[in-house]
Amino acid sequence: MTTTSPPQPGERLLPARPGWPDATGHFGIFGGRFVPEALIAALDELTEAYEAMRVDPVFLAEFDRLQREYTGRPSPITEIERFAEHAGRARILLKREDLNHTGSHKINNVLGQALLTKRIGKSRVIAETGAGQHGVATATAAALMGLSCTVYMGEEDTRRQALNVARMRLLGAEVIPVTTGSRTLKDAINEAFRDWVTNVETTNYVFGTVAGPHPFPAMVRDFQRVIGDEAREQVLEREGRLPDAVLACVGGGSNAIGIFTAFVPDDGVRLIGLEAGGDGVDTGRHAATITGGTPGVLHGARSYLLQDDNGQTIESHSISAGLDYPGVGPEHSYLHDIGRAEYRAVTDAEAMEAFALLCRTEGIIPAIESAHALAGAMVVGKELGPDALLLVNLSGRGDKDVETASTWFGLGDREEVDPGPGLDTDQQPTEGAISNDEAVAGSDAGDEA
Amino acid sequence: MSRLAERIGTAKAEGRAALIAYLPVGYPDVDVSIAAITAAVEGGADVVEIGVPYSDPGMDGPVIQQAVDVAVRAGVGMRDVLRAVEAVAAAGAVPVVMSYWNPIERYGAERFSTDLAAAGGAGAITPDLIPDEAADWLAASEKHDLDRVFLVAPSSTDARLASTTAACRGFVYAASTMGVTGTRATVGDAAEKLVARTRQAAPDLAVCVGLGVSNGSQAAEVAAFADGVIVGSAYVREMLEGRGADGVRALSEDLAKGVRS
Repeated sequence: MTTTSPPQPGERLLPARPGWPDATGHFGIFGGRFVPEALIAALDELTEAYEAMRVDPVFLAEFDRLQREYTGRPSPITEIERFAEHAGRARILLKREDLNHTGSHKINNVLGQALLTKRIGKSRVIAETGAGQHGVATATAAALMGLSCTVYMGEEDTRRQALNVARMRLLGAEVIPVTTGSRTLKDAINEAFRDWVTNVETTNYVFGTVAGPHPFPAMVRDFQRVIGDEAREQVLEREGRLPDAVLACVGGGSNAIGIFTAFVPDDGVRLIGLEAGGDGVDTGRHAATITGGTPGVLHGARSYLLQDDNGQTIESHSISAGLDYPGVGPEHSYLHDIGRAEYRAVTDAEAMEAFALLCRTEGIIPAIESAHALAGAMVVGKELGPDALLLVNLSGRGDKDVETASTWFGLGDREEVDPGPGLDTDQQPTEGAISNDEAVAGSDAGDEA
Repeated sequence: MSRLAERIGTAKAEGRAALIAYLPVGYPDVDVSIAAITAAVEGGADVVEIGVPYSDPGMDGPVIQQAVDVAVRAGVGMRDVLRAVEAVAAAGAVPVVMSYWNPIERYGAERFSTDLAAAGGAGAITPDLIPDEAADWLAASEKHDLDRVFLVAPSSTDARLASTTAACRGFVYAASTMGVTGTRATVGDAAEKLVARTRQAAPDLAVCVGLGVSNGSQAAEVAAFADGVIVGSAYVREMLEGRGADGVRALSEDLAKGVRS
């Protein structure tokens, strides 16, 4: 935990943005606005209100107060020495977004967008959710600020994620199961856009990630950059140097953009995004959009996406519902194309190995989404060796994933007496003990879309 | 010369609005959908919007979603769409492609324009492409002498009405209701107001109204103030409910009377 004086109100949104996007929301060839004309007025209104709000001391003071008193910021840094023994003995620092109220980084963004909703005089918010984390965070902020809240969620996910549906309903939100298309997160986003275009006079769309039409990618980045702004200061304070690499999982990519942004100007710091490789990128059953996709247009912006020759979106696959999205935020596509960030795929099996290892060596149960970043750290740590310093964003906690993990590891009812500090490969479940499809059925999200 | 403007102008000379029918290619399969599209022309449609199936039709309501979902799953693509374009041209109506942007971008804007022109298509309507993002399409459509139809909405500012209509060729699509496609009990006065505002911005451009019209009497209501009446979900419903080409032809006949009343 940093011991420096608390940031002054406004410091967290005001640091200079990178030189992108441009005034119309383009990150090079990516981003922009590919939406029906009917939504342009609402997007313009949102852009204008947001640009005014982000330099308004009253808003910034309120946002800062909520971050401290409600979310519990700043989140601490934890060094994981026992885990690092399995990662080439590189030193690994975790940024603990899992300790935020509601259990992930999602709250950072929704508090900002909920304040913005009130500022533009709207009384209702809508949100999409893959398996629950952004939906729960939005329902939380809506309850706090007295806004009516509707969350769209794929029908399959509402059944599998009954617990998060119950959480949202307890918080006063209406949860609408989406039965169109592939009944997944991408269809929940389509349905939320349909609601928005119909009810735009009263309703604001609280988008969960750094994707979608301008201004969402830039605005969500600004609200999430607190992660990296804090972490950079904390690492400098603690180590007297910057990390060699910063790692984060990437679905839509908001936790990754959140921790990357402060380090973008630091040329010596590698930025590494870990995408969900599912069964392996070469199997076609994955969600590694940059690694295995092509540029195109989806959900209001140009970016990499998984698509077929007809330009139809291909369904993604991942054990992590929060990374199970066939698109990615346009800024990631841009950072990839200019070579400032690198993107790698982590398979379900590799992520679950890292998941178990963190549980056993550090007493921290990570979200399966975040476990993809940990799996990346195991590889990068071995590449860079013991002198390396890695910063990993632990974007969410894994309480929600207990059932998925229990099924994956075949824990069932029996006593687990394995005494090892970490899991050796022969302690891993054998292939066929459970299919990935079954494991997916129990998964939940920490970094949706 | 804009073929859409020409056809809508012909209707105007007859003292009526043009009837513009929408049907997607590929529901229930490609051949049956092309037969239905042809029947729409036989029943009296002046222009047919040929829908390109897309996996994420964010502007469409449940009726159109259900039909295009079947087509997407069957792998229907631009080649099938071009076949439908040829069929409409052969049947004597003006074919215009209606597509979300990604299927065109994936096919290639230049290649799409070349092939569309060769198939006898007049141009394309792009519901999720605003002129601000349309540089490739503006260039390719210009080069191949194709019409391009963008949308305006009740929420459009006067400045946007001006810039959007300036980028259109053929007609401008007035999406009369804030919402997705689907039939509605009443057309509402938002449509008339939007048409009037749009005319003010572009006095020489035809304004056609879509979203909500499902029968002859609604068509007559819209025809009183618009240059063209666009009907989509009602046609698709004929297909979903199994009435096929006969149902489509009968609907066209009803609507064709409406635009002439």
